[in-house]
Amino acid sequence: MGRLKQALHNIKRMDRRKSLQAIILGAGAVTTGLVFNGCNIEGEKTVEENIATGAEKFFGRTPEELELIEKLNAEQLFNVHEMETIAVLNTIILPPKEPYGGPIEAEVPEFIEFIGKDFPEMQMTLLGGLMWLDHRCNTEFDMEFKSASLEQQKQILDTIAFHDVEVPLEKQPLEIQFFHMMRGLTVTGYYTSKVGIEDLGYKGNMPNVWDGVPEDVLEQHGVSYDPEWIAKCVDQSKRGIIAEWDEKGNLLT
Amino acid sequence: MQIKESSELYDVIIVGSGAGGGMATKQLADAGLNVAVVEAGPFFDPRNPEQMTQFKWPYESPRRGAATTRAFGEWDMAYGGWEIEGEPYTHTEGTKFDWFRSHMLGGRTNHWGRISLRFGPKDFKHKDVDGHGDNWPIGYEDVKPYYDKVDKLIGVFGTKEGLPNDPDGFFLPPPKPRLHELFYINGAKKSGIPVIPSRMSMLTKKLNNDRGTCFYCGQCGRSCQVYADFSSGSCLIFPAQNNGGRVKIFVNSVVREVTTNDEGKATGVSYISKDDRKEYKLKAKIVVLAASACSSARILLNSKSKQHPNGLGNSSDHIGKYLHDSTGAGSAGFVPDLMNRKTSYNEDGVGGMHVYSPWWGDNSKLDFPRGYHIEVWGGMEMPSYGFGINPNDFNKFFGLKVGGYGDQLRDDVKKYYGSVVGFSGRGESIARKDNYCEIDPTTVDEFGIPVLRFNYKWSDFERNQAKHMQDTFEEIIHNMGGELLGPKSTKEEDYGLLVPGAIIHEVGTTRMGDDRKTSVTNKYQQLHDVDNVFIVDAGPFVSQADKNCTWTILALSWRASDYIIEQLKQQNI
Repeated sequence: MGRLKQALHNIKRMDRRKSLQAIILGAGAVTTGLVFNGCNIEGEKTVEENIATGAEKFFGRTPEELELIEKLNAEQLFNVHEMETIAVLNTIILPPKEPYGGPIEAEVPEFIEFIGKDFPEMQMTLLGGLMWLDHRCNTEFDMEFKSASLEQQKQILDTIAFHDVEVPLEKQPLEIQFFHMMRGLTVTGYYTSKVGIEDLGYKGNMPNVWDGVPEDVLEQHGVSYDPEWIAKCVDQSKRGIIAEWDEKGNLLT
Repeated sequence: MQIKESSELYDVIIVGSGAGGGMATKQLADAGLNVAVVEAGPFFDPRNPEQMTQFKWPYESPRRGAATTRAFGEWDMAYGGWEIEGEPYTHTEGTKFDWFRSHMLGGRTNHWGRISLRFGPKDFKHKDVDGHGDNWPIGYEDVKPYYDKVDKLIGVFGTKEGLPNDPDGFFLPPPKPRLHELFYINGAKKSGIPVIPSRMSMLTKKLNNDRGTCFYCGQCGRSCQVYADFSSGSCLIFPAQNNGGRVKIFVNSVVREVTTNDEGKATGVSYISKDDRKEYKLKAKIVVLAASACSSARILLNSKSKQHPNGLGNSSDHIGKYLHDSTGAGSAGFVPDLMNRKTSYNEDGVGGMHVYSPWWGDNSKLDFPRGYHIEVWGGMEMPSYGFGINPNDFNKFFGLKVGGYGDQLRDDVKKYYGSVVGFSGRGESIARKDNYCEIDPTTVDEFGIPVLRFNYKWSDFERNQAKHMQDTFEEIIHNMGGELLGPKSTKEEDYGLLVPGAIIHEVGTTRMGDDRKTSVTNKYQQLHDVDNVFIVDAGPFVSQADKNCTWTILALSWRASDYIIEQLKQQNI
């Protein structure tokens, strides 16, 4: 069974533990899966209070999804040497920068190890590419890639780091495909990490009140708001007042 | 093994807990009926910390959000997907249909885009306009009062525009456009394409004391823990329970068939419990199907009896016929004027778009009969798996080398962050009798229930419409000073027209009509053949407009529920 199929198989068995917990058999009832919803709607609470603090120790996985992650974590794709080579490579691709750090702080090698197991179709390119690097380095400099000097490493990478954008990637040599994949995983691994997101400067993923693009940004990009359009938009000072309309649908509050 | 039968007689069994099932639950329970909701998936509450994905960072998962186990990314709130192991579907050779199922309380409403558009007067009588397809047996004036009530009960933001076929409603005020949306507005206007604020069911303003107000995280696809977006569980089923309604929810329960008596009337349903893989029966005076257009068709076709040898309600042989989905094609462009953005502010906004383009064209002058609307996406989104995977591909637009390594990559990522704008065209296809789903006589699922076989092909109408979309997108992106990403879809690629089913607007399989020979239900969504079975998903749709189907599902489910209550009062059923 492929990874995707396996995952889908797991989905199908979704949340059995949860549902079993929720089963309540009434007197004489012979049905299963009967749930009395105990959802309490809280009264007035601020947005911040409503963000469940208890959610921190979960990340929304179903039991079956967690099982898949545990299974993948128990497997090993890269050996110690390969992991070290990946770490060296990651750091050349995206050198650390103060105050954020780099791929090591972003746990990029661990991410690549996991993704390689999560997407088995990547394995040949990754494993083969690492072998190619050592082979090439041994041929040129009589040593493994991770032990070579930065200058020697770059000398090798310079031959594979740029690809012809006119030719489909899958028609290019393995080492080109490998570096493309490794660079992509390094960059995505870094910018999806805590330090990488700070470095990028992304400000979202938290409660806030959207009230339009700041003036200096509008100016920078040479656009402006149409006053007629803005007049129809939400007045955020009234967002907490319950909506009421007249019979024609005109908002009164 | 004997099938276990519950001794309780419910007033109503509702199969499925998405938009249609949720609304029927709310209306019928509020009316005092004793309701059983039967749902194939597990219980789900967006507020449950164990299930919640809202506000998760990519690094909270080792796969950083990749779509391995969930089709729309790891944080998406749909349990299910295009394929579900153990619950297959098949195709007639040479045809295609992708079927998205979400098995959980609330169904697909937990992750949907919340684009909440009313059908217009023309949409119910489109045959009168162009001779294609069929008219509905009802018109906009029949549904309008229910659209109005849905607006007020659930909440939708938008603006009064006075457009003839995009009726206004009771709107909450919309959010202001984001930066890339201002570019889109300007680009579209250059081509004479109208742009108006989106109409979506998030609460930009307080609606009642039970639900929170939108805090603009842009994550409606993850389902909102303060219930500020519409999901069937949080906005219909839980309120029905909290209102003192008699609502029992059976989860992990896969309905096999509607059971009938010697007179051919429905007596309840039989279902398989996923927990113990045993079959159970529930009894009710009325059965309401809301399992999705295709799933409800499947249940009816599998409900064969002496009285209903062709499947329940299928004397017309129309169940499964006229299956149709919205058309879809997309494109994206790189806009140099959106480069080098300041990241000084949070522009997550509401999930999805703040602006869109309703259909503007005159089909009498075009080579396809029905329209489409344009959805727009872009902005400085939260990174997830795949972000920066081609960090400087756009260098090619400047004649610069693509690839490399080192500090330059950081600059490239930041330089190009937020500079892509995408478009999705979502249009109306013509409902055709020869596009259908049926029971595959040779295949069952892991519960022993015969599965659906799909038979669906697009026609040149849809392909021509997709070509128009691609030409339009290209024009708009050029108007925005941008370049298309990747080559434009060709004729050989059907102009990027997505596979039927891909837009997840499955409708039409149990269409309504006045003539019982050519339709499955009457205009109140009651089976012609069996007066105590109703269908409140999108199966009874005669045609799917260039809109999204959910708001109409909700309005029609409410209307059908009112009819059920009325008929019960009159002791007609």
